[in-house]
Amino acid sequence: MDLVAVSSNLLFVSFVSYLVATLFFGGAIKKSKTEKAYHNSKWGTIGLVITIIGFLAHLGYFFTRWAASGHAPLSNMFEFTTAFGMMLVGAFILLYIIYRTPSLGLFALPIAIIIISYATMFPREVTPLIPALQSKWLFIHVITTVIGESILAISAIAGLVFLVKNIDMTKKSKQRFWIEAVMYTLILVLGFVVTSTTFKVMNYEAEFTYIDKNQAPAEITYHVPPLFGMNEYEAMTPDAMTPWIEMPPIVNAQKLSSLVWAVAVGSVLYLLLRLIARKPIAAVFQPLAKKANSQLMDEIGYRSVLIGFPVFTLGALIFAMIWAHEAWSRFWGWDPKEVWALITWLFYAAFLHLRLSRGWEGEKSAWLAVIGFVIIMFNLIAVNLIIAGLHSYA
Amino acid sequence: MSNIKCQCGHENPYGTELCEKCGRPLSEKAKKSDIVDMRYEGSSRRSQTYKSSIVDKIWNFFSSVKIGVSIIVAVLAASAIGTIFPQKFYVPATTDAEYAEYYERLYGVVGKIYYQLGFYDMYNSWWFKVLIVMLATSIIIASIDRVVPLYKSLKKQRTRRHPSFMKRQRIYGEGDVENTEEALAKAEEKLKELRYNVKTENGAILAEKHRFSRWGPYVNHTGLIIFFAGVLLRGIPGFYVDEAMWLREGETRNIVGAPGYVLENRGFILENYTKDEAEEVFGEALDKVGSIVKTYQTDVTLYKEKEGALPGSDDLEKMQDYSIVVNKPLKFNGYNVFQMDYKLNELSTMTFHLVNKSTEKSLGEFTVDLSKPEKEYDLGNGSSVKMIGFYPDYDGVKDGEPYSKSPVPNNPAFIFQMKTPDKPEGERSFVAIRQTLEVEENDYAVKFASAETRNISGLTIRKDKTLYILLLGGLIFMIGVIQGSYWQHRRIWVQKDAEGHILVAAHTNKNWFSLRKDLDKVRESAVLPAYIDRQDPELDKQEQEGDEK
Ligand code: HEM
Repeated sequence: MDLVAVSSNLLFVSFVSYLVATLFFGGAIKKSKTEKAYHNSKWGTIGLVITIIGFLAHLGYFFTRWAASGHAPLSNMFEFTTAFGMMLVGAFILLYIIYRTPSLGLFALPIAIIIISYATMFPREVTPLIPALQSKWLFIHVITTVIGESILAISAIAGLVFLVKNIDMTKKSKQRFWIEAVMYTLILVLGFVVTSTTFKVMNYEAEFTYIDKNQAPAEITYHVPPLFGMNEYEAMTPDAMTPWIEMPPIVNAQKLSSLVWAVAVGSVLYLLLRLIARKPIAAVFQPLAKKANSQLMDEIGYRSVLIGFPVFTLGALIFAMIWAHEAWSRFWGWDPKEVWALITWLFYAAFLHLRLSRGWEGEKSAWLAVIGFVIIMFNLIAVNLIIAGLHSYA
Repeated sequence: MSNIKCQCGHENPYGTELCEKCGRPLSEKAKKSDIVDMRYEGSSRRSQTYKSSIVDKIWNFFSSVKIGVSIIVAVLAASAIGTIFPQKFYVPATTDAEYAEYYERLYGVVGKIYYQLGFYDMYNSWWFKVLIVMLATSIIIASIDRVVPLYKSLKKQRTRRHPSFMKRQRIYGEGDVENTEEALAKAEEKLKELRYNVKTENGAILAEKHRFSRWGPYVNHTGLIIFFAGVLLRGIPGFYVDEAMWLREGETRNIVGAPGYVLENRGFILENYTKDEAEEVFGEALDKVGSIVKTYQTDVTLYKEKEGALPGSDDLEKMQDYSIVVNKPLKFNGYNVFQMDYKLNELSTMTFHLVNKSTEKSLGEFTVDLSKPEKEYDLGNGSSVKMIGFYPDYDGVKDGEPYSKSPVPNNPAFIFQMKTPDKPEGERSFVAIRQTLEVEENDYAVKFASAETRNISGLTIRKDKTLYILLLGGLIFMIGVIQGSYWQHRRIWVQKDAEGHILVAAHTNKNWFSLRKDLDKVRESAVLPAYIDRQDPELDKQEQEGDEK
């Protein structure tokens, strides 16, 4: 087995470990009656051990891939997103050791699992580095940013537990609507994973020529049936489906098709789940959050922002500026990715001020943490796939 | 304004909420509430005290956190809007009309509005700059408003606090224990073990930890202000140089923006990854994408004009040879020269024959150096070619004259005057790539024979004296956030009141759970009364009893 294969297998081991660990954290919550017992639960400890084993395997994936390619595996969407999932688990382990709360694991690990599955939908082959990325700062800047973001993400997970526990799911309310919207979004990601995997297994490909926004001819390959056609497209694969409509040149109809497929399949999944459960998905998870102490979740949420914010500042702003100065001759260029890092940073600065000086605790703080996670994900996914500047990984 | 005298006898500045010395509530608001507002120790702050003059109003506006957060959110929103469509500097256009056309063509009506509102140049707009200045002002004023009173009152704390202060803390407990003295002594010992700074005063304990973390926000705000100052300084000439130049292979030119320095381009190299060197690991990726660039490199030699030499003279002193690649700029005397761009295969010379059209016999050949074309090329034997017109980037005819759209030899065209022994007055001919025009039928023609090309490196020259200021600002910011985030200021008060009950109270500026863990440890070794956390209704009483199940 060569190193790349070893690396992929280790990633698979970590994936399975996280699944198993989730079950143990579930057990920890089911089995314990009092708060104290729940904090010291055996099931929880076993869950933690399995999580750590998974995390070590995940690190193994990272370093073997590094050894194989000669550069830190942080240079494309697959590698970056996988590292984010890895550090999310790492951050969870850190906060679990401080606070020992299985409920956090019960929500953090499934989210890490969804993120890793999402990552594997992108091209996974090892790519050599283009000149701009050939720098020690690739590793220093990206890993610090990823660690910062994943610690910040833990605050959103603590916030989610808080909200799932405390929102009254029996009455119609704005809160109930939005928490269900969060659940729906997570299921859409699953929808994306299901569609991509299905068409990949079927080996689906359709090629088109089109005229790009600079009025030059170009070619594109779809990996899902083309619902939307590129500007002035012409099919090169004879038996591909004919797109419903043609899009103007600024819209990437290929990505739009993938998105619509994901949303459609995700929505069907969601409806099926609701039909089976006969209640909102957030209400299904409510019993799992019931034993969490709200104050404690609130504090974990705040604490993780406090721990994550300085790390994020260092990685996403300071190291980023140093590297940008080396590679592009300017420390700041208002590139969309940079701007969104700044927005993330300003958002968490606002969070800290609202909390410390204006007393936004509990539910307000939990919602802010969830919004912060949405901004981080927006920067990771949408800015890479849609806005795409210098930093684009995709 | 007069001072407020507390019952304990201490004189407090006007506007104080809690007595600086004993902690008794002084204002009506503080007396009424169940939990005192401990935020700035109830000390007197300018913004809370003076509200009448215009200066007060401005001061109060900027010191409000509500306003501060609103400014932060406004900057955030403006930044986000700026990423919807590409900013001006990423758009291939130069005139206003071209910009307007670009945004409208690609993004329709929305694009047009985006352009008209000036969002296409968001980060240079005056109102974005105003927002940043307001942000900086707010940070400065809000910090000064708080740091001084906070510093004073934290310095002046007394160990014994009035029961009304203790009772109004978020964490509070009271009760009787069997041996008060022993309980106090044990508590003191345990608190010391937990690394608290412990002060005692006949029957009262004040244990305090990590007070320095309270200064974190002020340190980090200082860092931010230094950073802003650095950015401001780049407006001053001499602090900041940002130039670009194209340097052809073989060329030696003065460095733009760096007087006295000269750079020679010894060759530009563009290298792709190949399958054999990148082994099996990258094979799959290379198959998929085609080719991936490995290096952009310009080999240069840096020279310095000798002391006293006239500017532009050839009296040069060699400094160093260097290969500039992406991520490894050439550095000298505060300047950085970056590999930013390139053009491959620009025409450098063109060689022509002068031929007799009917016999196709050549009368000789000549080579035009496109960067330095000569007026006349003598071919010997009485033949010569005179260059009457040179259009390096020929783009059709305008106003009856051939027209060149740039000085770059992308599409060179010439008007030659050919003199031969047969036709001593000469014949004229217009020669462009794949095109020859003659006014009348000529006997002779200039025919293209061959051309040579060379590569050009696009280099950027930067000098930035503010970098160290920015770096310093960043460093101070980091120290400040870490100081304020990774430590928390915790205080625990334990005292015996006049009736012999034991009172326990505790306060932290953040992370109450961890504070309670400390308090629980103290309660384990010294028998202290149970406490309540007034903001945690779910707090399990059994947890305090140490119940294991
Ligand atoms: C981007 C700009 C800013 C950043 C990054 C920043 C950063 C911070 C941080 C990290 C803290 C500590 C928060 C905590 O420990 O939870 C803090 C506290 C604070 N900031 Fe800012 N700040 C910014 C702008 C402002 C502005 C505009 C104001 C104006 C009102 C302000 C006023 C305060 C105050 C009053 C505190 C609390 C100080 C204390 O409790 O002693 N900050 N700031």
